[in-house]
Formats: sequence, structure tokens, C-alpha cells
Amino acid sequence: MLEEAGSGHSAGPLGMADIFAALYFSILNLHPDDPEWPDRDIFFLSNGHTVPVQYAAMAEAGFFPKEELMTLRKFGSRLQGHPERDRLPGLENTSGPLGSGLSQAAGYAYTLQYIDDVRHRFVYVMMGDGELNEGNIWEAAMFAGKNKLSQLIGFIDRNNIQIDGNTEDVMPLEDLKGKWESFGWHVIEIDGHNIESIIDAASQGRAVTNRPTMIIAHTIPGKGVDFMEYDYHWHGGAPGTGVPNHEQAKIALEKLRTLDGKIVPEGAGL
Amino acid sequence: MSYPLNPQLFDEDVTQEPTRAGFGRGLKEAGEKNEAVVALCADLTESTQMHLFKEAFPKRFVEIGVAEQNLVTVASGMARAGKIPFTSSYAAFSPGRNWEQIRTTIALNNMPVKIVGSHAGVSVGPDGATHQMLEDIALMRVLPRMVVIAPGDSIEAQKATLAIAENGQPSYIRLAREKTPIFSLEESPFEIGKAYILKEGNDVSLMGTGTMTYELLVAAKILAGSGINAEVVHVPTIKPLDEDTILASAQKTGRVITAEEAQVIGGFGSAIAELLSEKLPMPVKRFGMQDRFGESGAPAQLFKEFGLTGEQIAVQIQEWCKDTPRYHQT
Repeated sequence: MLEEAGSGHSAGPLGMADIFAALYFSILNLHPDDPEWPDRDIFFLSNGHTVPVQYAAMAEAGFFPKEELMTLRKFGSRLQGHPERDRLPGLENTSGPLGSGLSQAAGYAYTLQYIDDVRHRFVYVMMGDGELNEGNIWEAAMFAGKNKLSQLIGFIDRNNIQIDGNTEDVMPLEDLKGKWESFGWHVIEIDGHNIESIIDAASQGRAVTNRPTMIIAHTIPGKGVDFMEYDYHWHGGAPGTGVPNHEQAKIALEKLRTLDGKIVPEGAGL
Repeated sequence: MSYPLNPQLFDEDVTQEPTRAGFGRGLKEAGEKNEAVVALCADLTESTQMHLFKEAFPKRFVEIGVAEQNLVTVASGMARAGKIPFTSSYAAFSPGRNWEQIRTTIALNNMPVKIVGSHAGVSVGPDGATHQMLEDIALMRVLPRMVVIAPGDSIEAQKATLAIAENGQPSYIRLAREKTPIFSLEESPFEIGKAYILKEGNDVSLMGTGTMTYELLVAAKILAGSGINAEVVHVPTIKPLDEDTILASAQKTGRVITAEEAQVIGGFGSAIAELLSEKLPMPVKRFGMQDRFGESGAPAQLFKEFGLTGEQIAVQIQEWCKDTPRYHQT
């Protein structure tokens, strides 16, 4: 998709593929043929630049034909470079500028919990670790903690990279778990490539009824493509960076197709 | 049909009230009419008059604290959940601080969130330039989908609040802290996107938004004494503009004055100048803040300093009309 589009972000989406598979094929209660189904769970993507992996998961789940994936970032496409709710049924928000997804998720969760008294629906939100630099995130963290938004479950894609380098060099986030706990959140740390751990953590989040839950998912940026893994240069964002050329894309896809058996099941982290 | 004006309009003891008071009443009424209406405030609940709603509907009121970015983004999420959120703070902070969040999560995301910017303009007074929001009209009217309203008095503010509660669109309403004369009546019309001729005239069109319309009514009265028959057009909806009414008045008089308690650059005066320069080019003079910040002082002092009183405007218009021939379409 990204090679075809000629621009975009490679590392983040690859690292989040397992989480999105878990979300769209296990965790989220959705009807792809009825995207506005009133009883659905809600998923907000806060780090909008990683939307290619969400598009891929949505297509696989049946929200739209897979052929449409190749229109990513092209004129007239419903698959905008950053997600636009208005254009594609199944998207819950518009995002790109970082730091505002947690607030939107908190607003939805607040409405369910305190205004509509609906307890069987859950609101999930995906954030990148780099975007935790944004002040808006911590405003939302306080708000959700204060209101004990127990139907709110966040994911942090803890891949340790952002555009300018490694997160701890650019603007240190640690002690990340301690930070969220001090804001009143239940925090779970997992291996973000272990499908069982991802599903278990979400399930635990739903079971916690007196606090919001934050799942810190440790992921390998560029997961599955050895020359991309751990290398912030594949994050993408600056001109001419982050997108594989034809040869690189070909090798990357071959490597991804032979991942079977390479993702180890240990390290559930619970 | 002529616009019903308050008959006590020019009396010494004309009833005065801040526009934010009308908003407070309107919001409570909107909440009574529609259960989907919710309210969020950033630690300024009584100042922005949201306390009336909070007392009536505690369950539908959300305290956000001093966090304007969170204010509008939480509101965006609540709108996605089917609510009609009103968010309030001082205009200097919302939309002053959180413009990008409004752009992305409300305007582009097409969510019917209402942004209520109180304490706009220099009439905030002693608080000084930091709190005298003058750029909000420019910031909001540039956003696609955003409706922008500056009510002329508290009665109109109440009607405008009820109207935006039901318009299904991202909307901004600009309010003032200080009391201003009430020039309309309960039965005066208000509709989003409509401008109103408050006084007919042939020599020059005085177009005002927000509470500056009152100053234009004062100016028109003074001008009448010196033989200038001015038309006064009240334009509470800055976006979308009522092009028909504005162009018809301009066509009739051939000269246009604008007045606002905001920066003329990018503000209401700009909006009128843009319209006229494309559809009916003619002489325009804009009253408002001329590319400068305000400062501390009593509101009346500041109005004088910045040349915003009806008396000052009248003197300026007299001079301007002498040197500025009326435009006639050939």
C-alpha cells in the first residue's frame, strides 16, 4: 500500500499489525455491514498517521473491498492519508494532528457512563508513544482518571521511536507506567506482538470497573521486516523517508509472509 | 416589514445586560427542549453563565477544569456519541488556545459542537490585552463548515443559542462580559444567516456585528442631525453572510461602513470587504481594532481610545462621506 502511495509511515503500522488484528477480529464488537450499529464498541485512532494498518484490518474485516486499499492517499480515495471520519463508514474520528484522540474517547466514554447509563459498550483508543509529548493527552488523562471512566480502554504503541529519534532521547516518557497510575489509571504492560496477551489485557480492562485502563503494548517498529525493525528512519514523516522503494517493498512482503512461527507466545506480561 | 426596535433605545436608562446573560438563559431553554444538549466548561461556569444549565441539568454538565484543548476534544467525542455539546470559556482561550483541535476534531470531523467564546472584545476592560480577544472572528470564520455568530444584545444572544442548538453544525458564538443596551425586542426576528435592516436610509450603509450595532444606531441618529440619512444593517451571522441583504443595501446607498469589536484584519469588516470587492466593488471604511492590541482600562475609556463609540464613528463618517463619492452602478 505504502509503496503504491509513494508516501506515508511504515514502521508504526507494521508494529501495530498484531494489535489491530486482535482489535478487529476479537476485541471490538462491530458489524462491518452496519458501521453505525448503535450497540457497537467504539475505536478511536489518535495517531492518525498509522491509519494504513487500520484500513488493512477494516478491509479484512469486511468494511470495504480489499482492492480499495491500493487507493490509499490517492485523489478521490476514501482512504485519506490521515483518517477522515466523514469519508469512510467505520471510522469513528478524524485524526492526524497528534494528541486529541484520548479526549474524544474520554468524551464518548463519559457519555455512556454518566449521561446515557449504557454499560455494555466500550470505548477503545490507540495512541503512539511519541504523541504522549502532547499536553492534550495529559489533560485527557486527568479527566478520565477523575471521572473513573471504566469503559475507556487505551492502547499505547510503545515502540520507542518517533520522527527525530528514540523517544527517550527526544523527550523521555519513563516512568510511563508510573505516570498513568498516578493519574488514576489501571495499567497493564504487554508484549504487543502476542495476540493472547492483547486480547487478555482488553478483557482485563473491561473487567476493571472503577478506573480507566491503559495497555502499554511493547512493540517492535517495523515488525516482521528485519531491515526496518527498531530503526526510527522508517517511522516516516520527513520527505522521502519511511516509504519502501519497489525492491524494499518486495523483500518486506516476502519476509512478512513467512512470519509464521516467528512470533513467540511467551511474555504475556500479565 | 420593519425590524421591531426597542422604543427606549436612546433613553439614558435603556435596559442593559451582557450578551452572556442571554446565552445562559438560552442554553437552559435549549436543554429543556432537547435532551441531547450537554454543556462543558473550563473552570468558568458562572462567568460564562453556564451555571443556569448546570443547576437545571447537573447530569448533563461536565466540568473540564482549566484545559481548553480537552474541552473541545471531549466535546467532539460526546458529539460522536449523539450529543449536542456547548463548550464555554473566555474567547481568548477557546478558540484562542485550541484552534487546531477545533479545526480537526470539530470542523473537519463535522461534529455539531458549539464553541462559546465569552468575554470577547476590548470591553473586558481591566483584565488587559491578554484577555481582550480580538482575533476570534478571523480564526473561526476561516474554518469550513463553521457558523459564526456575534449577537447584538442579550435577547438576540438567547435566540442565537437556541438556534445553534438545533442547526446540526459546528458553530461559534461570540459573547461579551459587559452590559450593553438592549436594542431588540422579544418579537424581533433572528435566523442564522440573516442580516436585518434596523433603520432605512439612502446615503451610507452602516453594517455592524455584535454589540457594535448599537453604536451604529447612535451614529445614525447623530448623522441624521447633519443631513446624512444612514441605513443601519445588523449582521449577527458573520458566516454564512446574508449576501442578498448586504448587497441590496450597498447597492442602494453606494457606500459601506463596517463596525466590530475585533480586528478589522480578518474580521467582520474583512468579510464584508471580501464580498463587496467580488460582487459590488465600492468604497468601504472599517471600524474596529486597527491591527493593535488592547490594554487595561474601563470599558468606556477603551472604547474612546480605540474610536469605537457611536459619537466618534459619526464624526468619522461625516468626514469620510465628504471625501467619498457614492458608488453608482453604470
